[in-house]
Amino acid sequence: MNYSKRNWIFFPGMLALFLLVSGCGTKKPPVPPTPPSPKPVTATLSANPSSIQRGQSATLTWSTENATDITLEGNKVDASGSQTVSPTQTTTYHLSAKGSGGTQDATAQVTVAQPQATPTPTPTPSLTEEQLFDQSVKDIYFDYDKADLRTESQQTLARSAEVIKAHPNWKVRIEGNCDDRGSTEYNLALGERRADAARQALQQAGVAAGQLHATSLGKEKQVCTEATEDCWQRNRHDHFVLVH
Amino acid sequence: MLRLTKARLALLFLLLALPLAQALAQDWIRTGTNRGAPIRLAVPDFKAANADPQTGPLNAVFNETLWYDLENAGVFEMVAKSFYPLQTPGSPSEIKLDVWGNPPPSAAMVAFGNLGVAAGKVDVQGWLFDPKNPGFPQVLGKQYKEDASTDSARLIAHRFADEIIFRLGGGIQGIAESKIFFVGTRGGSKEIWSMDYDGAGQKQLTHMGSVALSPRISPDGSRLAFSALTKDSWQIMMYSLDLGRTVAFPRFGGDNFSPAWSSDGTKIALASSMNSGLSEIFLADSSGAGAKRLTTGKGDVSPVFNPKTNGQIAWVSGRSGLPQIYVMDADGSNVQKVTDQGYAVSPAWSPNGLLLAFSWIRNYGPGIPGSQDIYLMDIASRQIVQLTHDGGRNDFPSWSPDGRHIVFQSNRGGTEQIWSVLADGTHLQQLTRQGRNTQPNWSFK
Repeated sequence: MNYSKRNWIFFPGMLALFLLVSGCGTKKPPVPPTPPSPKPVTATLSANPSSIQRGQSATLTWSTENATDITLEGNKVDASGSQTVSPTQTTTYHLSAKGSGGTQDATAQVTVAQPQATPTPTPTPSLTEEQLFDQSVKDIYFDYDKADLRTESQQTLARSAEVIKAHPNWKVRIEGNCDDRGSTEYNLALGERRADAARQALQQAGVAAGQLHATSLGKEKQVCTEATEDCWQRNRHDHFVLVH
Repeated sequence: MLRLTKARLALLFLLLALPLAQALAQDWIRTGTNRGAPIRLAVPDFKAANADPQTGPLNAVFNETLWYDLENAGVFEMVAKSFYPLQTPGSPSEIKLDVWGNPPPSAAMVAFGNLGVAAGKVDVQGWLFDPKNPGFPQVLGKQYKEDASTDSARLIAHRFADEIIFRLGGGIQGIAESKIFFVGTRGGSKEIWSMDYDGAGQKQLTHMGSVALSPRISPDGSRLAFSALTKDSWQIMMYSLDLGRTVAFPRFGGDNFSPAWSSDGTKIALASSMNSGLSEIFLADSSGAGAKRLTTGKGDVSPVFNPKTNGQIAWVSGRSGLPQIYVMDADGSNVQKVTDQGYAVSPAWSPNGLLLAFSWIRNYGPGIPGSQDIYLMDIASRQIVQLTHDGGRNDFPSWSPDGRHIVFQSNRGGTEQIWSVLADGTHLQQLTRQGRNTQPNWSFK
């Protein structure tokens, strides 16, 4: 039984293989024949209407030329076509067209107007505190892998802050959530950043630190499970819970 | 960076196992597993030693387990059973060495023996013979006796396999008795489960009723740290394998995730938002005392010690945008970013301290449906090779104690399940099938 000897016998062959493998890295690419100059790739994408109310739909229309590989939001699509979307938040759609002439990208934004801002409801005896909280402290939404507050989220938080300040007895838990595409542990850290962003904004708007508790739920509490941009967007949110 | 095919990766693995080639090729990935040319091993089914009704079934379990262990050890070329002589040797007096050593089996080693059940005990005698050395053919001779049960038959097979692997595999301890801990959903909520390294004996350990994540077994195998969602925050929990229940561990402020043990069992690293509201890496005694902050992060998580030295920690940070892998000294100094593109998470440090396994969406961006695969990085040279290629999202790699295998989660089959693979990319095995199973963590021994 002499296994170390076996290695020595194999060694010259192995060394040759080793050189072969290392050689592969330095191989020069063959000089390609001069190809006919490819036609340039073009791509256009438009949204109609480009501004909708929440719950309404918009139509995305796109066309491309000289492209072989066309994707809309990462999904393969025909060279030209249209598709109906109903985003819940302002969304930028991304068209990518690839061909021998290069790659061309186009984007179109659908702006979603928030529902008519209801005047801050005055507490009436008919409304429980929970009902008031649910009506006035709304979820905010985030871009993919981002924890920055969107403009509309800042407005939402400003309205929430007024109501929370008016109820100094309230304790509010801010739950940061992520869609299910990221990795479990990293999403916990990302959810933490999303919750913390809202906490800071509410404090800056005058809410007492002691009223707020930020926590992350990562991707552990999904509100929907479809693999669609709409569902992913619904899951990338801060949710607010009245804990008293 | 290199792009290697699976065949080339296997070749590389083989090459670098040679000590001299290792010295020559310092800029190549080294697995440090000392793998030479695979040894041709014949393992005829063990012979039934008697006619007890339990003998047959337990012998079948034993033979299946022994074959699986040896085939998946990564050091043998198993001689196909179709080449074996018809007569099965059950003891040294019954083996014809020349028949095994010559073609067609041409075995360099033969493992054989017998199993019998008597008076409620299962009795196994096993030998390892070198047929090319007729004067002194015996390499191993072992006897095992346990209460007769399926579990005992499996345990004895694991122990005999580990003896053979230790003797022929370059003196590295086998892993047949190692365990894998993971998160399972079969009971409804996410709880911590354990199983044998081959997927047998899956059982639920925790009953938190909320969400339990990130199991990490202690180096001595006695305690399991994990993170659980409590009433209003995530806390590090400690489960005693000896007591079969959770035991006390300090509650920290904020949220606390992803514990990691130093290989000497004295320290625990974790991610916590206790300081700033954002998740940062902390280092504490294994009792949880003396927690001190190592990073000032913008989403720091998933620390892991270099188990060879415990002097370095790798972790994931979103400080520069998409998550990347970083390495620092265990006192928080000397921070280095070791990945620079895509979406890189879940570092796992190899037992020999030379390699980082991690999960990577290498090509990341709008319109690019990049796959998420397991990669290995040689820390010293930053060379990277891709380990998985078969689609799906592959995440949470964890090394076997011998550094030869990697277990990971993948949804390649539709749902998230636990898979294992040799560190050269071969011998892919699916270990779980029920429910959804994630975040595997291989025991230290």
